[in-house]
Amino acid sequence: MPDLGKYADTVILAYIVSFVFLIGLTVLTWLQSRRAKRILSAEEARNGK
Amino acid sequence: MLALFLRDLKLAIRTSGGFGLALAFFLIVVMFVPFGVGSDLTLLARIAPGILWIGALLACLLSLDRIFQLDAEDGTLNVLATSPIPLSGVTVAKSMAHWVTTGLPLTIAAIPLGYLLNLPSVAYSWLCISLLIGTPALSFIGAFGAAITVGIKRGGLLLSLLVLPLYIPTLIFGAVTVTKAVEGLDPMPSLMFLAGLTLLSVVIMPFASALALKSNLS
Amino acid sequence: MSLWEYANPVKFMGLSSRLIPTLSVLTVLCLVIGILWGFFGTPDDYKQGSTVKIIFLHVPSALMAINAWLMMLVASLVWLIRRHHVSALAAKAAAPIGITMTLIALGTGAIWGKPMWGTYWAWDPRLTSFMILFVFYLGYMALWSAIEDSDTAADLTSILCMIGSVFALLSRYAVNFWNQGLHQGASLSLDKEQHVDDTYFYPLILCMAGFILLFVLLVLVRTRTEIRLRRATALAARNR
Repeated sequence: MPDLGKYADTVILAYIVSFVFLIGLTVLTWLQSRRAKRILSAEEARNGK
Repeated sequence: MLALFLRDLKLAIRTSGGFGLALAFFLIVVMFVPFGVGSDLTLLARIAPGILWIGALLACLLSLDRIFQLDAEDGTLNVLATSPIPLSGVTVAKSMAHWVTTGLPLTIAAIPLGYLLNLPSVAYSWLCISLLIGTPALSFIGAFGAAITVGIKRGGLLLSLLVLPLYIPTLIFGAVTVTKAVEGLDPMPSLMFLAGLTLLSVVIMPFASALALKSNLS
Repeated sequence: MSLWEYANPVKFMGLSSRLIPTLSVLTVLCLVIGILWGFFGTPDDYKQGSTVKIIFLHVPSALMAINAWLMMLVASLVWLIRRHHVSALAAKAAAPIGITMTLIALGTGAIWGKPMWGTYWAWDPRLTSFMILFVFYLGYMALWSAIEDSDTAADLTSILCMIGSVFALLSRYAVNFWNQGLHQGASLSLDKEQHVDDTYFYPLILCMAGFILLFVLLVLVRTRTEIRLRRATALAARNR
């Protein structure tokens, strides 16, 4: 861990906020993608029979 | 096109919704400001240009959804779309009618309301000129927002969300013009920008609105 | 073989499924190395102290907030002119990413601003422009979700994106006119005077590459999601 001096809170907070947004967006995208795959395969299965 | 313009004008006056409502709304917004920030006259004089512009802008916003909504519901818009006038021409006529029934009365109403807010006397002419030049932009941009949301049920809130960001440059140049006049600085540069903005809106917005209407009608 | 071949959804799905694994690895690599290098490997600035490290998140996200909108504009134009569905869906897919980037840029900027400028928020032209960009994204996304017919929605959002771009640009100059700023000049310009120092420059480039790759990756994945949903709706309509 580098010595962040008196601004440690600021820097860490900025990194945490950014990571929360970035990871949140990625997870959301992934979940939506999974849901779309599931819906599509269900429809295709119904279409097949 | 002229016939359409006159028809819209007549409708707006006969149903008496447009005129009166926007003006009453403008009055109430301006009246609320002293309630909100206190009746200190020097403070009011300082914020008056901004308040008057914001009030006029919001009052203008209020009547936007009427531009196309009624005609879309009773099918008039479909008839207009098949008529020899291009849809952009229809938009121009309707935007002009909207301006005459809201922008113009708001400009006139701004004078007594400016007095209520203790607007310095040098600024009245600039307030009127800036509103006169700026409000057509509000009508043309607003007609575009109305054209986009015409097919949406209860699209009023969405209309505001779409149109308000587009109003930002107009508001800035309009309010800066009056503020500069109050501060004794040269208001001409921002007034010129405002005029340019209005010309730009008058030129590009009818085409964008026509494009949106076409997509909504098909 | 032309670029337009990938306007075919099947071809797009094929290509993107092949691209995504490589792209994911590259994205993670760039982001991890760039951020670790920036966080652990750079010295403190003589004026800003350790807060200079925030640049590695702030500048790339601000860059992508604007570029995402530009990409949406291009995709919208392609949809309006050539009617390729993939293009309209890619624009739709990019908007949530753009708005997230805007929020990161505003958030990190505010956190940095508190110790440096003494305030989280100032009505500085650049900050204000980003706030305006944020509301443009909001309107665009709200319009997408408000219209049921997908082709009409694509049309109207594309037109909004075009007009919005014009007015966003106008707002950018209007706010410059309206208020003088606190914000420093361009972090990356050829003018050596205001350019950031090389020590920060290389990790910053890596982070920017990482953010660009992340954006492309997410747009691809989200566009695939939209295509699948579109196909599922079409199938459901046929099955009924």
